[in-house]
Amino acid sequence: MFKTVLRRGTAAAILTLGLGGAAMAAECIAPANPGGGWDFTCRSIGKIMFDIGAVDAPIQVTNMAGGGGGLAFSHVVNERNDDADLIVAASSATATRLAQNAYGGATSDQVRFLGAIGADPGVIVVANDSPHQSLTDLIDAIKADPSSVTFAGGSAAGGFDHLKVLMALGRAGFDDVRAVKYIGVDGGADAITQTIGGFTQAMTGDISEVVGFLKSGDVRVLASFTEERIPGFEDIPTAKEQGIDVVAVNWRGLYVPKGISDDDYQKWSDALAQVGASDAWAEQMAANGLAPFNRVGDDFQAYVDGVIGEIQTLSREIGVIQ
Amino acid sequence: METLSLLADGFAVALTPNTLFLAVVGCFLGTIIGALPGLGPSNGVALLIPLAFSLGLGATESLVLMTSVYYGAMYGGRISSILLNIPGDEPALMTTLDGYPMAKQGRAGDALVLSGVASFVGAFLATIGLMLLAPMLARVAFLFGPAEYFALYMLAFCTLGGIASNNQAKAAIAACIGLGIAMIGLDNSTGLPRFTFGELHLMDGVDFLVAIVGLFAVTEVFVFIESHGRSSAIGVTLGKITIPFRDIGRSMVSMLRSTVVGFVAGILPGAGASLGSFLAYMSEKSLVRDNHFGKGDPRGVAAPEAGNNAAAGGALVPMLTLGVPGSGTTAVLLALLLTLNITPGPLLFTERPEVVWGLMASLLIANFVLLVMNVPMVKIFVKILTVPPWVLLPMVTMISFVGIFSLSGSTFDLLLMIGFGVLGFFFRKLDVPTVPIILGILLGNDMEDSLRRAMTISDGDPTYLFSSWIAIVLWVAAVLGFVAPMFLRGVLKKPQAVTD
Repeated sequence: MFKTVLRRGTAAAILTLGLGGAAMAAECIAPANPGGGWDFTCRSIGKIMFDIGAVDAPIQVTNMAGGGGGLAFSHVVNERNDDADLIVAASSATATRLAQNAYGGATSDQVRFLGAIGADPGVIVVANDSPHQSLTDLIDAIKADPSSVTFAGGSAAGGFDHLKVLMALGRAGFDDVRAVKYIGVDGGADAITQTIGGFTQAMTGDISEVVGFLKSGDVRVLASFTEERIPGFEDIPTAKEQGIDVVAVNWRGLYVPKGISDDDYQKWSDALAQVGASDAWAEQMAANGLAPFNRVGDDFQAYVDGVIGEIQTLSREIGVIQ
Repeated sequence: METLSLLADGFAVALTPNTLFLAVVGCFLGTIIGALPGLGPSNGVALLIPLAFSLGLGATESLVLMTSVYYGAMYGGRISSILLNIPGDEPALMTTLDGYPMAKQGRAGDALVLSGVASFVGAFLATIGLMLLAPMLARVAFLFGPAEYFALYMLAFCTLGGIASNNQAKAAIAACIGLGIAMIGLDNSTGLPRFTFGELHLMDGVDFLVAIVGLFAVTEVFVFIESHGRSSAIGVTLGKITIPFRDIGRSMVSMLRSTVVGFVAGILPGAGASLGSFLAYMSEKSLVRDNHFGKGDPRGVAAPEAGNNAAAGGALVPMLTLGVPGSGTTAVLLALLLTLNITPGPLLFTERPEVVWGLMASLLIANFVLLVMNVPMVKIFVKILTVPPWVLLPMVTMISFVGIFSLSGSTFDLLLMIGFGVLGFFFRKLDVPTVPIILGILLGNDMEDSLRRAMTISDGDPTYLFSSWIAIVLWVAAVLGFVAPMFLRGVLKKPQAVTD
């Protein structure tokens, strides 16, 4: 229900264009409702871009929710393919859905990925009174009795939150993916609520979703899916330290239409790089629990292609796609 | 007393000429937005977020503006429900049931004033409840798992039969059609699309605003055309506008009970204002003796309005204390807070008291502004009724089209809306009530998700659905709600149809 309610965020952009007369400003499409990660990406990156002078006019944010980002993707590919004044928020979810062919046949080479300048590290969380003290504890419990643990996450089944769990279990030698119980609820906070309430045994999500509950002592983080421990959360062990070699971060980045000139692409990637290096962005990252993750330009395109290939292989392995 | 001093600090933040001005502007805009079909509270707030940024408003100012718009839209939704039989937004759906019949009896002014007062009572008491109890009430969300939510939705559907038709079967069919429509879109439990025919626009399902505007506003146009403008439902007689003290007095108990029901529904994430007003209406219908609900009973206007405004306040509890939005609008407000670098959650009350209490103070301010603004404005609103239908209907239609187009900026929703209009036209001919269809769409998805989650957790064991005392109480209420009307029908007088 909320997903549909929120689609109306789009009203914002359309009517504000009328109100404010911000005629020719560049536009950032957040392919979701206000409040999600994509919306954050557009609003904070767009704002900082203007504040530090990387662009001349304020960037107009449009919320275009639908099809898990698919609507915005096809809008860009089909209708705005040469619009040089357009950037679109993207994340690991975009790559996951492209990899799983969830955008109605659209493929990642129909746009150009611009860059990512921050990432939200994946975490596994349990309620404070949970008997599981480490990620390996939890995995052992699942190995002993798969039906004893249900995971809650903010994405639908087969989404990135679900995949992270399956990746970790796969690395630990547990391959019976259909036995793993996962329920997709309306966002990370809801998933935590269900876990604290004892209805599910663990929550899979991003660190930014759990910070408040972590500080209030309602939950414990068993592991982060990062190379190193997350800055500011040094007491959370990584999955890698616990012998489970999974790195899964939800990067926050942008793509642009395929048909724009190389000069325009360069202009945008310079602007994004400037934001990535700014103090204002560092503050935003700290406030929102993001870890540094800097890949801009062609380097990023290569990275995304690699990730998509990896997710495709994995999704096939676990049976999410054929 | 600590609460009072904190609130005083909040008022110190919120009561400056600047913010008062914003509150008045926000309340006015909100009322208009709420009244326009196709634009609801969540649009209203989402619409103004960019404005707040471009005006460079600070955190408190933005919050005052947005909460004023939020509450304003909750008040405003009733206006088109009563005057035009077209709900301005989804929580105002139930207000059509008695509000419009009242207007047809020439009591439009009374209905507007009464619903304004009921909105105030609901919103005001809910705000007080929010201030005193929010941190405690937050724990309620931890008691509601999939099984409990499923039982809650079952309760809503079980009481649906008696809602709007003489014919229980037709109401049940309508509810099933709504449930069927709710199944369209991405299946949350498997991640696979259902009934989307490869259409990306259908991946997120059918927006219930599209359905509401189609089934109510567009259908009205078809009926109007068919009868060559003679049998339009619009065009009610205009009574004298006085403050209906008698009705207010008689409805006070209903308002208070509905406030409690709405507030509790609001606290539960996922239930929200629509369920609040629905449960408030249904419980009043069964509690009030010798009522003529459905035929223009003032209490049938007061109950859903108090209920939905109380739910709007209640929905702020999980939003502020857990970061879990209890309704579409609170989800947008949550977004606003996040963009202001305020992260709602268990620590908000201790870490950012100035924000919380500034917000509470601005809610109270918005409430009083709305009451003062709404009662005199009734005179202006009822002027709408003097516009001839052949002018008014095309205008309402155009506004609906613009409102719906603004949802996704795609023409697909417009076509869908017209489709719903055609469907509504035939239902009207067949005397099938449309309110249960909307409720089916509104609640169907969440109900299904709850059941599927419960089944996943319990490995398909149905007894899990009755595994807690909360669930059992809700199930008992649901069964009673379903069975009781069958026996009471013989005792009390027959419920009457209101679909016209």
